[in-house]
Amino acid sequence: MPSVALLSQSVLSGVFIGALYGLLGLGLSLSWGLLRQINLAHFALAFLGAYLCYQLSAKGGMNPLATLAVIVPAFFVLGAAMQWVFARFKVSAFNSLLVTFGLTVIIESVIQAIWTADFRRLDSVYGDAKFKIGILYVPVPELITLVLSLALAFALWAILRFTDVGRALRATAEDGPIAAAFGVNQKALALLLAGTCAALAGVAGVCIALSYTLAPAQIYAWIGVVFATVMLGGLGRALGPIVAGIVIGVSESLTMAITSPAWAPLVSFSLLILVLLLRPGKS
Amino acid sequence: MRNVVAAILLAGGALALLPLVGLPLFYESFLYLVFHWIVLATSWNILSGYSGYFSFGHGAFFGAGMYTTAVLATRYDVPFLLTLPAAALVAMVLGVALGAVVFRVKRVRGELFALATLAFTFVVGTIVLNTPIDGGPGIALSGVAVPAIGRSAASSFYLLALALGVGTLIIAYAVYVSKLGTGLFAIHDDEDVAEVLGVPTFRYKMAAFALSCALAGVAGGLQALFVSYVTVSETFSIIVPLSVVLMSVLGGTRHWAGPAVGAALITGLLYAFTAGDHALAGKVVFGVVLIAVILFMPDGVLGRFTARRQRHRRIPPITVAQEPLPALTRIPRVAVGEPLLVARGVRKAFRGVRALDGVDLDVRRGEILGLIGPNGSGKSTFINLVSGHYRADAGTLLFEGHDIAARDAHRIARAGIARTYQIPRPFAHLSVRDNVALPAMFGADALDRSAALSEARRWLAFTGLSPHADAFPEELNLHQRKFLELARALAARPRLLLLDEVLSGLTPGEINDAVDLIRAIRDDGATIVFVEHVMRAVMALSDRLVVLDHGIVIAEGNATAVMDHPDVVTAFLGRACA
Repeated sequence: MPSVALLSQSVLSGVFIGALYGLLGLGLSLSWGLLRQINLAHFALAFLGAYLCYQLSAKGGMNPLATLAVIVPAFFVLGAAMQWVFARFKVSAFNSLLVTFGLTVIIESVIQAIWTADFRRLDSVYGDAKFKIGILYVPVPELITLVLSLALAFALWAILRFTDVGRALRATAEDGPIAAAFGVNQKALALLLAGTCAALAGVAGVCIALSYTLAPAQIYAWIGVVFATVMLGGLGRALGPIVAGIVIGVSESLTMAITSPAWAPLVSFSLLILVLLLRPGKS
Repeated sequence: MRNVVAAILLAGGALALLPLVGLPLFYESFLYLVFHWIVLATSWNILSGYSGYFSFGHGAFFGAGMYTTAVLATRYDVPFLLTLPAAALVAMVLGVALGAVVFRVKRVRGELFALATLAFTFVVGTIVLNTPIDGGPGIALSGVAVPAIGRSAASSFYLLALALGVGTLIIAYAVYVSKLGTGLFAIHDDEDVAEVLGVPTFRYKMAAFALSCALAGVAGGLQALFVSYVTVSETFSIIVPLSVVLMSVLGGTRHWAGPAVGAALITGLLYAFTAGDHALAGKVVFGVVLIAVILFMPDGVLGRFTARRQRHRRIPPITVAQEPLPALTRIPRVAVGEPLLVARGVRKAFRGVRALDGVDLDVRRGEILGLIGPNGSGKSTFINLVSGHYRADAGTLLFEGHDIAARDAHRIARAGIARTYQIPRPFAHLSVRDNVALPAMFGADALDRSAALSEARRWLAFTGLSPHADAFPEELNLHQRKFLELARALAARPRLLLLDEVLSGLTPGEINDAVDLIRAIRDDGATIVFVEHVMRAVMALSDRLVVLDHGIVIAEGNATAVMDHPDVVTAFLGRACA
């Protein structure tokens, strides 16, 4: 049995990686639950954001967090443009999966053309910065990710719950035609939401760039576990993915500490299957 | 049917001669890959395309086949060809085990099924990686002898894949034209209705899944030797499921040959664009083509083709005269009296709301029983319980002496009970004729396809829908859709017919027609229970009335006597103010 220090350090790193799962899952969950789109390109967009952050800060000398000021608005426009196409062609939920896969392949190729297939690592001011609390080491880039994820999840939760825009979104997801009859402008809302989801992918990308080594093929590495996070957290929810992400992250890193890293996927995916089979009511 | 099978065999035979003309080895490997993907995509389509259960777990079954062959051939020295049946078996057992769990949970449909199967792939992959099956580094098959079928190893692989492809296409076609296929297409459109019309949905999904997995397993076994080095990360990835989905959707999932067309197109496209120096540009082109196809041809290449042909074949309504009512010579009309359905203490609650609170009632053979009551009194719930759409919480439902309260809906349909839905629920992607033929295939008489089609003709004529036989349900108006519901219930040749508000929303003239129809059905020997709000029709049709209120029977008997009963007046109009 590993020591207490190792176990608590694993729990902490599980929380950190889980926060990133949650942040990636947040945009995916909102577009799936509220727009009925399964957006595989979300992962490609996140990596595009990561590479942009790398470019702007490693080559352009910007602070990695300052790149958000460029990436967020740019991705918002990109997401809204994608939604415009989806609405124009009335793409069904399943076909959205296929179209966004095509988009993923294109974005992957573009990334590979610009930044090559080699590994890239952002050496920023945060780099390997960490501090110690008691027996635990806290790495700064991961802490930034955790804070950003929690802040965004709570902000979106509050918007969905308390504002008119949020209520209109939830009403549209439940019954589009009825919501439209009550004066909800679905088209504008969908553009807004799709833009927001893409912007979230951009934020997740910056977080990925802060802590991970980048390679185009990495786009596919996150799909499985983040889908598990989204399903566990519930579709169209803001807080669900963060909670589910942290649950999965912690259980994975504990599995790694106790057995071996290769067993980690078993936990998240068994958890996902169990949730699908056992959770009562409609998703 | 014979023609298509002969054509597939002929094409396969012709292609088998290709190595004889001295093709460069490279092309034989390319053709191997084409057939490899044809087998995988077509096998995927047998469950997922036909029934709409999109599986993202095809990689798991493909991988199970790969590892079965790899382990047997390298560690136990089993000859390669003998490992293939084992690969099929292992993949099938794995699929049946997953299906037995997943298909029992009603909620796991659509995208949730896709995710569950994808997660299953990673679970299987992780287990294989961490156990002695693989152990981490992968399995090399370089020492395994390639069976000497062709003049070279590449020829042998090509011929094996070709044979498997021909077999797979014949199986896919046989399922497509069989009862199994019809049932799967009905499940695709509306699984609950399919079950109520007599389709054994669970068994059909399991059968299709087993077939699909077994074929994927054989393809995996073959691929193991072809690549000669098997690793978990290459095998249990998202690439296999995504590719087969793309190929099938591109070709058209509603056609047996669709996935094969898509597989050939995509494999060719990938080869043309990614071979040589322009691999990256090729990938972009691949993505663009994929997006363009989905946006502009959402039903796939063959989907478009079949839809257009159907439109040409449609008969213009003017040229067809109304066919006379068919001679109805079934069971002679039975004297009213003997009970056909006996309900005792039937209860059903929805999250605490008691919809039926201990209902006792008898339906006598040969009668028309009107079931009335205010909104929410439990009439439709009663129909839903008798037809098996819901299961009763308590009580017995004896139909011809057998308790059907706990039976699956398809067995109730087989026993001779049919129903209509208040809001018509036709199968959207089946023609009107096929909609009506389906219950004849799965109802009490379980007719074969051609007999069912002529039975359908008869009931379409009976309900005046003959001119629309080739139309799709969305082209019908409300009145016609209601009659389609009726024709569908009648084609099952039920002994007990449950009609749930077939008249609501119809004009007075249409109601008169419908009343005559219902009388004709009864005179034909069926017993009818009908729920209705149109009181004129209720009074004209019913031999007996049962009144429900708040889930209990408050009155029953002769129509006029019941309507004067003080409790009935109160239930409908409220209590008089003193």
